[in-house]
Amino acid sequence: MTVPYVEALQEFEPVIGLETHVELGTASKMFCGCDTTFGAAPNTHTCPVCLGLPGALPVVNEAAIASTIRIGLALHCDIATWCRFARKNYFYPDMPKNFQTSQYDEPLCTDGYLDVEVDGETVRIPIERVHLEEDTGKSLHVGGSTGRIHGATHSLVDYNRAGIPLVEIVTKPVTGTKAKPAEVAKAYVTELRDVLRGLGVSDVRMEQGSLRCDVNVSLNKPGAEWGTRSETKNVNSLRSVERAVRSEVERQAARLRAGERIVQETRHFHEDTGLSTSGRSKEEATDYRYFPEPDLVPVAPDAAWVASLKAALPEAPSSRRRRLIEQLALSTLDAEAMTNAGVLDLVLATVDAGAPAAEARNWWLGHLAQSANSRGSEPSELPITPVQVARVVELVADGSLTAGLARQVVDGVLAGEGEPDDVVESRGLAVVSDEGALTTAVDEAIAANSDAADKIRAGKVQAVGALVGAVMKATRGQADASVVRRLLLERLGVRE
Amino acid sequence: MTDLTRLTAVQTAAAIAARDTTATEVAQAHLDRIAKVDGQLHAFLHVDAEGALETARRVDAGEITGPLAGVPLALKDVIVQKGVPTTVGSRILEGWRPPYDATVVERLKAAGVVILGKTNMDEFAMGSSTEHSAYGPTHNPWDLDRIPGGSGGGSSAAVASFESPLAIGTDTGGSIRQPAAVTGTVGVKPTYGGVSRYGLVAFSSSLDQAGPCARTVLDAALLHEVIAGHDPRDSTSIPAPVPPVVEAARQADISGMTIGVVKELSGEGYQPGVEQRFAEAVETLTGLGAKVVEVSCPHFAYALPAYYLIAPSEASSNLARFDSVRYGLRVGDDGERGLEEVMSLTRAQGFGAEVKRRIILGTYALSSGYYDAYYGQAQKVRSLITRDFTEAFAMADVLVSPAAPTVAFPLGEKLSDPLAMYRQDLATIPSNLYGGPAMSLPCGLADGLPVGLQIMAPTMRDELLYRVGAAFEAAMPAPVPPLDWEA
Amino acid sequence: MSEITRDEVAHLARLSRLALDDDELGRLAGELDVILGAVAKIGEVSDAEGVTPMTHAVPLENVMRPDVVMPSLPRDDVLAAAPAAEDGRFRVPRILDEEQ
Ligand SMILES: [Mg+2]
Ligand SMILES: [Zn+2]
Repeated sequence: MTVPYVEALQEFEPVIGLETHVELGTASKMFCGCDTTFGAAPNTHTCPVCLGLPGALPVVNEAAIASTIRIGLALHCDIATWCRFARKNYFYPDMPKNFQTSQYDEPLCTDGYLDVEVDGETVRIPIERVHLEEDTGKSLHVGGSTGRIHGATHSLVDYNRAGIPLVEIVTKPVTGTKAKPAEVAKAYVTELRDVLRGLGVSDVRMEQGSLRCDVNVSLNKPGAEWGTRSETKNVNSLRSVERAVRSEVERQAARLRAGERIVQETRHFHEDTGLSTSGRSKEEATDYRYFPEPDLVPVAPDAAWVASLKAALPEAPSSRRRRLIEQLALSTLDAEAMTNAGVLDLVLATVDAGAPAAEARNWWLGHLAQSANSRGSEPSELPITPVQVARVVELVADGSLTAGLARQVVDGVLAGEGEPDDVVESRGLAVVSDEGALTTAVDEAIAANSDAADKIRAGKVQAVGALVGAVMKATRGQADASVVRRLLLERLGVRE
Repeated sequence: MTDLTRLTAVQTAAAIAARDTTATEVAQAHLDRIAKVDGQLHAFLHVDAEGALETARRVDAGEITGPLAGVPLALKDVIVQKGVPTTVGSRILEGWRPPYDATVVERLKAAGVVILGKTNMDEFAMGSSTEHSAYGPTHNPWDLDRIPGGSGGGSSAAVASFESPLAIGTDTGGSIRQPAAVTGTVGVKPTYGGVSRYGLVAFSSSLDQAGPCARTVLDAALLHEVIAGHDPRDSTSIPAPVPPVVEAARQADISGMTIGVVKELSGEGYQPGVEQRFAEAVETLTGLGAKVVEVSCPHFAYALPAYYLIAPSEASSNLARFDSVRYGLRVGDDGERGLEEVMSLTRAQGFGAEVKRRIILGTYALSSGYYDAYYGQAQKVRSLITRDFTEAFAMADVLVSPAAPTVAFPLGEKLSDPLAMYRQDLATIPSNLYGGPAMSLPCGLADGLPVGLQIMAPTMRDELLYRVGAAFEAAMPAPVPPLDWEA
Repeated sequence: MSEITRDEVAHLARLSRLALDDDELGRLAGELDVILGAVAKIGEVSDAEGVTPMTHAVPLENVMRPDVVMPSLPRDDVLAAAPAAEDGRFRVPRILDEEQ
């Protein structure tokens, strides 16, 4: 059925391609003034334009054009001096007009690249185009199993997402990834996400669908022509990007080895199994009947405007990374460990937010890495920000939290309970620093453990540990252990 | 007492302002007339008596003033009005009440214009006779057995029969001007981009343009001024002041102007009676002091083919949204059928034959492999037609031609011959492709039926139409239909 | 010049979501042939080469709006027009087609 990844890549050469869709973080939609905020009640962010009501007309959002140009510039693209939107015609209930306003043969940005690092080696990913289009609505499939379209009795459509500006970034075919097409694909999407985040153009949350990937893979015998490619859709996490390439390499290698032909097709990736299933075959591909959108006029970005956008670009994540590693005097080994764990940028961002490097490193390589692992996701996909981590570090530093409490606060943030301070408040996690309250607990502990207390009075100071434990237990971990210890010794009249 | 329905818009507004009458009386008089004659004409698809009387009341209360405050108007059913049924002459939108106002409607309301209701039209504005309405044809007030033109036959018939002094039409290939010609009224297609398309249900986005219908040139100018002007909700709206159309209509002086007669808009396909009235009209213009020259626009011969590729192509895409999901008709949803089948059944039953014909034609013209030969080539021809206009306007201030090649033909005559129907727009289509403004106004009768004179001007020179039109009208007032069929 | 077959019309009807019966397909094939025959003459325009296609009558560029949130429609108004609605959403028959 499949050929193991490593073995497959000894026999075949991979060619990969990635199409990434990014929802821009504009306040309003691409062609109307509706709010883009995620998570609103269904169909409350809709108007005549984004519902495709008869008579309604689109008007381009200037901020979306600016963001797209900035993305193009960050990816070293040429920016069009004149381009148009086009209509891509096909019927689908998520799409109110039954055409998508997109760009076709006149994209805003063309011909760029992005350098990514894989195991210390730089791979240059060529970018074909960056264009702007509109997102579709979202269907809920009812009556089938686990919300799948198959077996559903009907579907329910919400158009809140319809019309949100969507940037499509398409690579040229990437060759020469040798034994690491899956790793390169993941590194590319990760780096692209960091670039987009640095630009501030999108919140790039794969789990919310604001960053989505389609992955193209083909295999060929060394020296032979490129093989037929498949296109895997719905790849919605970094780990899945890697898994999708890997499973497709394994599947295609098996078919080719068996002398079978690869069908040019669309495949759907399933997060649960990590496998893809065959979808629509491209041989019956619909004819999109593209033509220039007659309801819009051309976009001709002024050279001076583009130059000013270029001048205001933030530092690229890769160079920022190099600079900070130097500044923080991280060892190469340390930096590599963090890179491999996918936390380097997070550590750096946490430092940027005010945390000492060592603390930031410990959190991201320790408790947070474990949390990510147990969730089966990447640390960067955790619902906690470097700013929030830095705040927790600060709370520990000023004595408001103990290390144990800090972990509980972080878990609270991860569970969606709000900001660290909210969690401290709602869970009642502040360190008990009221010595009056502690004294009661201390006295109770002494009374309940009179044997141990006697030993301590007799000079066996190391026995105090058991009493400290009892007090900590009684205060549910909210006391500062060193304070408890001091109080215990004072009550027992022992000096160290 | 004078019959309030016989007044022009200018006279009506003046009478209301002078308190000789009230907007409510005017509105009621027109509602009564509609109740009396529309059973025979079928110009209206929906009469909004309540809304009309409410606006009239506000005008009478002094809440709204202006040059057209209290003047009744009939709105082509292709323009959305909040809460008022809008069908576009199609079954697929039956019962739909839009949740928003078109920009044109907002402006009419702000001006205190009394909207009487929605007028009949060829389904999705595709046709030249109003026979393609899903709700049955409109009849020509000059002869009930004849067509009122199309697609805006309802609007022009309403104006010609004194159901309303004013109406709004839309013109994609002649749908304001050809009905005006065959009903003996004034109809103007403004410069493309001069009147906002926001809220105009799209047929062909790059050609559609709303404009005024009236019984006099000055009335049309006043309405033009109310509805025109930049609208940030329409990306193709021109950000420039409205041309001084009212001033030009009052000026009505053409001495010293050069008028070009387009050689290609005559001959084959044009009825002798029409050509005769047109020749006389040109003589009249000469008599009024204009210099007349002949101009040649060689690519006008390709205007009809270019139009019948561009308009259906855009329509095939614009009409895709009528899919039974968000509004309108749904057919065959029995819990068993899948969405694609329900959509396809709905569209097959909701659209009439002409609409389906054009969707199929447009889908074909846009499909890969044919795009360059059809849609792409048509767009190039459009450039050449524009070049013809530019060259002609170097020789003449305005161009003239017959507005329609024939007088009103009998109902049913061309229904089985799409090409014969399409040829009704021979003279009107070039201005749509070019984008410039054009007017049709009455220039006499042939066989007892009205003939229209078309005036064409350069883009954003709409005032030239009114200047020439008003001068001509002064010399040759519009004929009044005998209305001998009235009960 | 062209000879449109019933199958071609059926393909176009499928692309444009029109459930046409055999009679309609046959009739439309004939009509399309006639119309395409009539419009085919634009192919004869000899001086079209090198001419820029004109998609629009207005010479406008860069018409944009500022990124400002405007009020949406009340959801009840939106759903009131729907042939079917459920849980604040538009209800549609099951989708047998593949996901796009
Ligand atoms: Mg796309
Ligand atoms: Zn909207």
